[in-house]
Amino acid sequence: MTKQVTLTIDGKQVTVPDGMLVVDAAKEAGIDIPVFCYHPKMEPVGMCRMCLVEIGRPVMDRTTGKPILDDKGEPKLQFLPKLETACTNPVSEGMVVYTQSEKAEAGQKSTIEFLLTSHPLDCPICDKGGECPLQNLTMAYGPGKSRFLFDEKMHLAKMVPLGELIYLDQERCIQCARCIRFQDEVAGDAVLGFDERGRSTQIVSLSDPGFDSVFSGNTTDICPVGALTTADFRFGARPWELSSSASICSQCPVGCNITFNTRREAMSDGKIVIKRVMPRQNEEVNEIWMCDKGRFAYHYAESEKRLSKPLIRKDGKLSRASWDAATQAAGEAIAKAKKDLVVLASGRLSNEDLFNLKSFADQVEGKAVLYTHMGGGDLVSLVGVGQGTNFGAMGAGTTIVVVASDLYEEAPVWYLRVKQAVQRGAALIVANPRETKLDRYASFVIRYSYGDEVRTVHDLTKKGKVGDAFAKAENAVILFGSDGLGLDGSTALATACARALNDTEHAGKPNNGLIGVWQRANDQGAWEIGFRPEENLVGALKGKTVYVVGADPAGDDPALVRALHGTEFVIAQDLFETETAKLADVVLPAQAYTEREGTFTSGERRVQRFYPAVPALDGTRPDFAITSQVARQASVILEGTSASVVFDILAEDIKSFAGLNYAKLAEVKPQRPIVGRGDLYYGGTTYENKFGLGVQLSSAADRSEKFTLPRVQKVEELRPKEKKLLAVPVTKLYDRGVTVESAKLLNQRIGEAFVALHPSAAEQLGVEAGERVKLSLDGVSEDVVVKIDETISTGVVLVPRSMGLPISAPAEASLKAAKKVSVRA
Amino acid sequence: MLMTHILLRHRDIPDINKLNVYKSNGGFEAFKKVVTKMKPGEVTDAVKASGLRGRGGAGFPTGVKWSFIDNKIWPHYVVANADESEPGTFKDREIMESNPFQFLEGVAIASYAVGANAAYVYLRGEFWQVAKFLDEKIAEMGEAGVLGENLFGTDYSLHIYTHLGAGAYICGEETAMLESIEGKRGTPRIRPPFPAVYGLYGKPTVVNNVETLTNLPMILANGADWYKNMGTPDSAGVKVFSLSGRVRKPGNYELPFGTTFRQLIYEHGGGVQEGRPVKAIMPAGASSSFIAADEKVLDTQMDYAAVRTLGADLGSASVIVIDDTVSMDWVINKTIHFFKHESCGKCTPCREGTYWMMHLIEDIRDGGHSTDNVDLLLNVAKQMQNKCLCPLGEFSTMAVVTGIERFAQDFTK
Ligand SMILES: Cc1cc2nc3c(=O)[nH]c(=O)nc-3n(C[C@H](O)[C@H](O)[C@H](O)COP(=O)(O)O)c2cc1C
Ligand code: SF4
Ligand code: SF4
Ligand code: SF4
Ligand code: FES
Repeated sequence: MTKQVTLTIDGKQVTVPDGMLVVDAAKEAGIDIPVFCYHPKMEPVGMCRMCLVEIGRPVMDRTTGKPILDDKGEPKLQFLPKLETACTNPVSEGMVVYTQSEKAEAGQKSTIEFLLTSHPLDCPICDKGGECPLQNLTMAYGPGKSRFLFDEKMHLAKMVPLGELIYLDQERCIQCARCIRFQDEVAGDAVLGFDERGRSTQIVSLSDPGFDSVFSGNTTDICPVGALTTADFRFGARPWELSSSASICSQCPVGCNITFNTRREAMSDGKIVIKRVMPRQNEEVNEIWMCDKGRFAYHYAESEKRLSKPLIRKDGKLSRASWDAATQAAGEAIAKAKKDLVVLASGRLSNEDLFNLKSFADQVEGKAVLYTHMGGGDLVSLVGVGQGTNFGAMGAGTTIVVVASDLYEEAPVWYLRVKQAVQRGAALIVANPRETKLDRYASFVIRYSYGDEVRTVHDLTKKGKVGDAFAKAENAVILFGSDGLGLDGSTALATACARALNDTEHAGKPNNGLIGVWQRANDQGAWEIGFRPEENLVGALKGKTVYVVGADPAGDDPALVRALHGTEFVIAQDLFETETAKLADVVLPAQAYTEREGTFTSGERRVQRFYPAVPALDGTRPDFAITSQVARQASVILEGTSASVVFDILAEDIKSFAGLNYAKLAEVKPQRPIVGRGDLYYGGTTYENKFGLGVQLSSAADRSEKFTLPRVQKVEELRPKEKKLLAVPVTKLYDRGVTVESAKLLNQRIGEAFVALHPSAAEQLGVEAGERVKLSLDGVSEDVVVKIDETISTGVVLVPRSMGLPISAPAEASLKAAKKVSVRA
Repeated sequence: MLMTHILLRHRDIPDINKLNVYKSNGGFEAFKKVVTKMKPGEVTDAVKASGLRGRGGAGFPTGVKWSFIDNKIWPHYVVANADESEPGTFKDREIMESNPFQFLEGVAIASYAVGANAAYVYLRGEFWQVAKFLDEKIAEMGEAGVLGENLFGTDYSLHIYTHLGAGAYICGEETAMLESIEGKRGTPRIRPPFPAVYGLYGKPTVVNNVETLTNLPMILANGADWYKNMGTPDSAGVKVFSLSGRVRKPGNYELPFGTTFRQLIYEHGGGVQEGRPVKAIMPAGASSSFIAADEKVLDTQMDYAAVRTLGADLGSASVIVIDDTVSMDWVINKTIHFFKHESCGKCTPCREGTYWMMHLIEDIRDGGHSTDNVDLLLNVAKQMQNKCLCPLGEFSTMAVVTGIERFAQDFTK
């Protein structure tokens, strides 16, 4: 344990770890020292001079090393003639701090006065007004009256786009550099900087495209004024009009804790809608951050295209029907099908939804199939990660391996957390067939060819520098993904990873084990509940009655369209009239997760609750309830009214969930840094977590259960052949998924469908970056834009998932240069 | 009175900026001696004993500064501060242009003393010609075997590099300079940690002024006692005074500490133009407090301690003489504009305060010297004091406060 020191702040004695800054020590003692530039997640810079306090240090006797006492027997104190900044001075034994003395208050007041000389004071029209540190601190510490002549105020640009997501109001900026430092120190995307100097100092974006970082929204949370606003929320609402509901981001397996801010909105016909998404503190998941996809891709639930009425196919056409009629038709079809039922559901659904679907399938002896391109979740349940795993606690002694995953694109906040762990001393091994952003933090970068994943992981257990870094590490975690892999490839990879961890005794304890970088928020939950993917999905659907929930196979792959045509009966349950719904026999309109409650299991196997944020769209129902109604028509009784009761049943049934309930998931404990006490200036506008930190599931290894890991299945290795191209799927953060597409703001970042080629492959085709080619894949051909990636081999072509191109696993493809059209503007 | 110069030796020895001339006048002997015969600690001790104080402004004892260098962290660096941006200061330029080898030998001695194998000379951007010139001299030294690997047959190696700033006064402040060399914006760092512990690239670094360093070869050649015998008990040795303002013969004058203002202004500077009386003295360039001149002041012996008794700092000894034709509101208008232009903008009181002061002094000068505005200006300047992140902000208030307080009549027109 670090040494503790005792000091006195405003007469209050506090004992805190040595090295803590005075400002943080005061916070522990419940004393708020005003700050602007200081932020507890970043290195102190002492720029704004808001935190001026008086600091006295005991005078030490050089010979004895003891404090010299005055006539009253008290230690003699020495004060500097200057006020000192509480944010840059560490505590020391016997220190005495005055934060509210006359001198300190005069100093704080002067800083506010100086700041306000250049500040527009447009609080009445400022997005930050109402939750603005400058506003609040002016009320508490400011002079109350200006001595600066109004006519001479600086007037500067009020709407400078730093990128298409974030706008800068130059007049409001107080040059605290929090945004710059966040990008440099926390995000690792150093894309902001100061231009000019003195009073002309201005924030600028240094990147092209502007503000090129998927973490940009966080700067608006920590900007202590209304200088940075999101294009999404700008002039959207006043903070005090907003209600808040705790939730979990559903965009990726990280499971960032978030808060939905909602308001009744005239522009939305007086409906209550989400106005913005804010991070909610969970130091073991997302700290106080989130990525821009999570922040901006929430508009889909308000889409005009939402289904609000059940549909039944009549005379070849889908037409509106009552809930009773629709569920009856669905239930009867399933009752008839029995073991010929295939439930095809995705990790978009909550644990409760998936549990009801699985129970239903089990009771009619049908099959519960997970709709995914990635395998291995069952192995994750066996070898962890272990309960108590926390990236925030990893540092020296821990080795993190990332294999077949571009973490920045697939799970941004994990990228951030892994980077932070490396900066605390953890070793990082990044093994990928191409360059990824995480490479620059890696101790070892392994570049293998597509198809060599298993061998690469196998090598981790061999002697040598890399092998030792992994095998001999006190703790080791592997994050595996599916870059360039389909179901069989990723399953083989997961198996190899699980074996490597198990063989090196990196399972069954905190900060050890396996994590899947899944495509959807609750894929791991689906695995826990017993959903399994189907190797030959096309074959598995043939002649069956298929209940498709939260997935759109027909929209993803023409082969699956054909497969669905060859089924007995199709029930589609979704928010939208998807391609699958269009060819279904019964369509059931589901609620968005923002309209109801439930739980997700994150990639780190943390079960977390989300709460209703907005009223449900009329006519829709929660998935678990719909399933219960359909089941009843098939004479199967499932809980259908309360998500929490479904969860209770689930917890009784599934071992890893044993003992959990909604109350446990809602438990909180004190977190550091302390945020959300109304002191917006300290941590920013991130929300304090009052609604649950969630609970991490135990793994079989944690429970010391005996298990045997499967052998690594030999995969038919698809290799680029002479004169042929091998198309491999890769994941992009901003894709054409329904959530991103409805967020108009992000649309500009998605860009067009593309393929990435090695420069010499491009040269052979006679195309350059930015030009178009015709991609033929799986019998479909599409016009796509060419990108260049020097780090891949010549025979492969990267094809992004969820961009309208039919790619779920590596496949042969061909490219032809499209007819040249001049695209120069 | 000095017979010969110690620093401005080119005034006595023609062509000393040529390597063979410098060498034939004992050049590099001191460096050779320290590298071959002395331990680094002994060099530091000798400099401590000489009483040499830094000429960059603060007058900090040079040997003591070197002894703070952290020997647990390596490598070490030496940075020569050749930014010379203080209005009224123009001594380092003359030294570098005319007596370059003595300066570079000083850099080399300091580097040996603190165990640095690389040293940087940081020059203000406008000194690009000087930098080019120094580069040539550095190359010549390399050819002559006094820079480079395994010097004088020992295992000590040293390389010196020049680095140009981009036109910011703040880059003379040592931590801003280090940031600038690292390729970042030149803005000051929070201290502590001091450069001796966390300097260039986070490594222990000694920053010394050009003039400070130029003393070293002579001190090591002639001994600490020889040096100590010049100057005053408080401030040993000689100083190059940059004299400017309303004097007849402005220029650099190398004189021992303890020379009086009167001697500098009248014997060396030829007296005030048109024979007018001295009204005020700024002893440290634009950063100075004003000293209201009287007979007693003129007879004050210039050293760091004595000038402090006059309510000012000697700083870089850039003595600006103001006579009775000049009104103080005019002078502080100049200094405020300078500091407003040079404030780096990192901290609030300086960024906003200099801007506010600029508006106030303009209003005062345009708008009939309203006492309200004068009071406010004084108040704003005082409000800035003791709150800024680096001394520049404090400097900007010196002339304002002392101008208004010591020359109230100039603000009540
Ligand atoms: C705003 C500011 C400007 C400065 N400019 C210079 C300069 O131009 N040259 C210089 O040698 N020191 C300058 N200094 C002082 C340096 O920070 C540093 O103290 C000095 O170079 C140390 O060298 P010395 O110990 O040899 O005096 C400046 C300090 C401040 C605060
Ligand atoms: S934009 Fe906001 S966070 Fe960035 S420097 Fe300005 S006030 Fe600080
Ligand atoms: S990192 Fe993942 S969970 Fe977190 S906000 Fe982004 S998409 Fe959502
Ligand atoms: S006092 Fe002025 S120059 Fe120094 S850090 Fe502050 S703004 Fe920059
Ligand atoms: S200087 Fe301490 S908070 Fe800014």
